[in-house]
Amino acid sequence: MIAIVDYGAGNLVSVRKALDWLGQDCLITSDPTRIADAAKIVLPGVGHFASTAALSRSGLQAAIANAIGRGVPFLGICVGMQWMFERSQESPETPGLGLLPGECERFPASVKSPHVGWNQLEVAASARLFRGLPQSSYVYFTHSYRVPVVETTTANCEYGGRFSAAVERDHVFGVQFHPEKSGEVGLALLRNFCAF
Amino acid sequence: MLTKRIIACLDVDGGRVVKGVQFEKLRDAGDPAQLAKAHSESGADEIVLLDISAAHQHRATLLDTVRRTASQLFIPFTVGGGIRTLEDAAAVFSAGADKISINSAALADPALITRIAERFGSQAVVVAIDAKRRENGSHWEAFTHGGRSGSGRDAVAWAREAESRGAGEVLLTSMDCDGMATGFDCDLTRAVADSVRIPVIASGGAGGAQHFVEVFRDGHADAALAASIFHYGFSRLRDLKQQIGSAGIAVRWPC
Repeated sequence: MIAIVDYGAGNLVSVRKALDWLGQDCLITSDPTRIADAAKIVLPGVGHFASTAALSRSGLQAAIANAIGRGVPFLGICVGMQWMFERSQESPETPGLGLLPGECERFPASVKSPHVGWNQLEVAASARLFRGLPQSSYVYFTHSYRVPVVETTTANCEYGGRFSAAVERDHVFGVQFHPEKSGEVGLALLRNFCAF
Repeated sequence: MLTKRIIACLDVDGGRVVKGVQFEKLRDAGDPAQLAKAHSESGADEIVLLDISAAHQHRATLLDTVRRTASQLFIPFTVGGGIRTLEDAAAVFSAGADKISINSAALADPALITRIAERFGSQAVVVAIDAKRRENGSHWEAFTHGGRSGSGRDAVAWAREAESRGAGEVLLTSMDCDGMATGFDCDLTRAVADSVRIPVIASGGAGGAQHFVEVFRDGHADAALAASIFHYGFSRLRDLKQQIGSAGIAVRWPC
């Protein structure tokens, strides 16, 4: 079973819809014991980084960290990916999980923010999440903060400078864009995640 | 590079897609779920479903149509028409919409924008503005209730207020150009796009690829929406994107 973590932020329906479409057994849950039982974990997220504070209050953070420690595949989407890092300029008082080193930053004033729409990726040949996909695929973004290009970056994107569109390390993956809203490319990516 | 979005709009009345000309003269153009899927497969970057009868008949959005349409759609999906409260919006989101579009209700109660944005995020809130050029020709007035009533508000000022209250995008329809197929209102679009920092979706008047090129280049639009030119023959969307791309505008191609 794939657990889609519900921490009261935004709309989880579209993520479940995409996993349903792929024939996956999935469950939207805010129960740490269900997270502990999950074969895979997806942490969606739209909106403000401060909303992730609910994860540490509810015991979900401990359940997620524990599962990742046991080798359970994990995918963070949008703010869910940002939360994998140490912190965000959007809400400096809200710590991230700190699984990956780095900080989310604002877009420069030279471009409109939020970054909304379909943008083209530059995907590293080694990126496991993108197996079988063109290295210059288009995906759908909507976000106001971003992770800079870091050691774990496997796909980057250009908008007021290059930033991390996807990261991966071992069984832990993050995407800044919305695979559930990125057409065939996004579905193929989710299918790759489900196969880990 | 961030591409310009080409958005297919489905105007829905009684669960069927219809097409109006200058907000009048409706005719049946098919099933919304089937059309949305076909548009997505032929390269639409986003789907907007507007329940055009909802606002003036004061009835709930067709949640069933939304659910059916959303179930097969994996690109951004916006739903508007008849959303008057946070609860209306929540029901549309749980039926599968990614964004809601509000128009009359936002003008009547601008704080509604903030309430929905705080719960679902600004990215999920599109404020739709139906604008008509004033008789003196220099400004545009925002209209409500499917173009039936003038609000007295200046469209540009209203767009700025909507942004400050938490709107994530503006869907800007020119009532003067709607259904005429003679091109978007580039002056109106530019006036709004240059006044806000959120994306502006131009709507009303699309007749061919050149019109899209103009509204992206001269109107500074981030996205452009059309309905009728896509309804009769899906190859048109694919051809259209190719032509817009050849004119030097970045579009998602191949999809």
